[in-house]
Amino acid sequence: MAARSHPGRTFAAHAILIAYTLIALFPVWVIVINSVKSRRAIFGAPLAVPTPETWDLVGYTTVLENGDFFGYFQNSLIVTVASIFFVLLFGAMAAFALSEYRFRGNTLTGLYLALGIMIPIRLGTVAILQGMVAAGLVNTLTALILVYTAQGLPLAVFILSEFMRNVSDDLKNAGRMDGLSEYAIFFRLVLPLVRPAMATVAVFTMIPIWNDLWFPLILAPSEATKTITLGSQVFIGQFVTNWNAVLAALSLAIVPVLILYLIFSRQLIRGITAGAVK
Amino acid sequence: MGALQLQGLRKSFGKTEIIKGVDLSVQDGEFVVFVGPSGCGKSTLLRMIAGLEDVTTGTVVLDGEDVTNVAPARRGIAMVFQTYALYPHLTVRDNMGLALKQAGTPRAEIARDVDRASTMLALDPYLDRRPAELSGGQRQRVAIGRAIVRTPKLFVFDEPLSNLDAALRVATRIEIARLHRELGATMIYVTHDQVEAMTLADRIVVLRAGEVEQVGAPMELYNDPDNTFVAGFIGSPKMNFLKGAALGDRADTVGIRPEHLAISREGGTIPGTVSHVEKLGGETLVYVRTEPHGLLTVRLFGEHDFAVDESVGLTPDATRVFRFDASGRRLR
Repeated sequence: MAARSHPGRTFAAHAILIAYTLIALFPVWVIVINSVKSRRAIFGAPLAVPTPETWDLVGYTTVLENGDFFGYFQNSLIVTVASIFFVLLFGAMAAFALSEYRFRGNTLTGLYLALGIMIPIRLGTVAILQGMVAAGLVNTLTALILVYTAQGLPLAVFILSEFMRNVSDDLKNAGRMDGLSEYAIFFRLVLPLVRPAMATVAVFTMIPIWNDLWFPLILAPSEATKTITLGSQVFIGQFVTNWNAVLAALSLAIVPVLILYLIFSRQLIRGITAGAVK
Repeated sequence: MGALQLQGLRKSFGKTEIIKGVDLSVQDGEFVVFVGPSGCGKSTLLRMIAGLEDVTTGTVVLDGEDVTNVAPARRGIAMVFQTYALYPHLTVRDNMGLALKQAGTPRAEIARDVDRASTMLALDPYLDRRPAELSGGQRQRVAIGRAIVRTPKLFVFDEPLSNLDAALRVATRIEIARLHRELGATMIYVTHDQVEAMTLADRIVVLRAGEVEQVGAPMELYNDPDNTFVAGFIGSPKMNFLKGAALGDRADTVGIRPEHLAISREGGTIPGTVSHVEKLGGETLVYVRTEPHGLLTVRLFGEHDFAVDESVGLTPDATRVFRFDASGRRLR
């Protein structure tokens, strides 16, 4: 306690954390302030805060007039939320099976499922595209959801099975004695206890999906299925880039993911494990 | 209501055999304690009875019905766990009523049974709290209440007192003994603590490495152990084992309890020097280093003064010695 309340140490710790926060937030800050400046001001003084003279919402108006931006947003949200849902559901189920049941090949199955952490799914892009074409899923959100679910599962299984191993065996056995089915034990006893881990997995899964450009470009580039990241690319040309619009689109794209993050981080902190055992 | 038979029960994990053939018959209303060192398979055996572990071979018969392959919830067995294992998201009331709710019991009946159990355990003021808001002792009472509510044929307890502090352990032990008298139910209780076993049991089953070493009433095991393992395990402090040859005895090993060993400054059968003295008020334990028997414990009643390194003589009470052969079997 003495060490913790020492003013010098507290100051140093805060100074380091604040410095890191500033470094991390700096690019975001630059994007946001420049998104509300005129084109000339962006290039003239990129780091300056917008003033009444340089204030210009032309980026936002361009973004909202050109293309179906709300549609892109909706696509991104649907893909991200659905993928997180499936990753958490199937990841947790696989993790439960691996950590709870003894069966032949348990360890091998676990390693096989974890393999995806080390091998990037993009290596299989050609095969995935061929598969999607054969299945008639090109230019559908389903294609993206399937790919992102596959991409997120390895890490989810890996993290969640570690956490599920720590859930008290006695608690699960108490459920069995009281006549709960294995599904009830999974959904009602185990899942609430690993909620902080689920939130962690959700955050780790969410960001790469939201920011991905690769698979939307390859699997679903049609106007109806464009995601926000892909939609923003229309303003980046080979010769001319509409920086106002790009920055405005990027600023807007931060908002939904920020909201999702806030929802999950609340779960991270909450957790009702206390009092379960001991 | 509640007679249990185990017939040739075996359990293997892969090639390792954990339970090596257990035959046991528990009478209706009996309080049986499984005791043994950690890793002896007592908890595994209990879980096999409860249905939480598969039986490799053998049968579990409860009330004349073969329940070997019956799901845990349908066996009519209630279990109390070492870590309480209360549902963290449910109130005390819902924790206790969940099993009945799962079985489809009418709501009014559940409320009545929960109230009866909570009165019995003095849990009435806590019914609407969650487990996190209870102390360790209260949580274990809720866990016991959850078992009582089901009015099972058989109660099984898996080291229920291990997580409680010493004072609570004694109080809860008395509580469990009282419940057994009031309910008249069959109970099986697992512990590694021989004091719990001695104070609670009608019969004790001593297990070692997956095998039953001896079954009997606490005083039978204390006064008439079959082998050195049981003799050493039952009774505290542990029985002294002397080398028969050095005493001029026909037996390989001679066992004598600390309370049956007289100590004298004037000398005795076995000479030695005092190594350590523990004064507990009501009794004094003297540890005496001897050749060739090693460290022997002497238990004296009341307060006694012995200096460390003092020379003393020990004399076993010849009528209270146990003789064992080289394999540890009792010579009768």
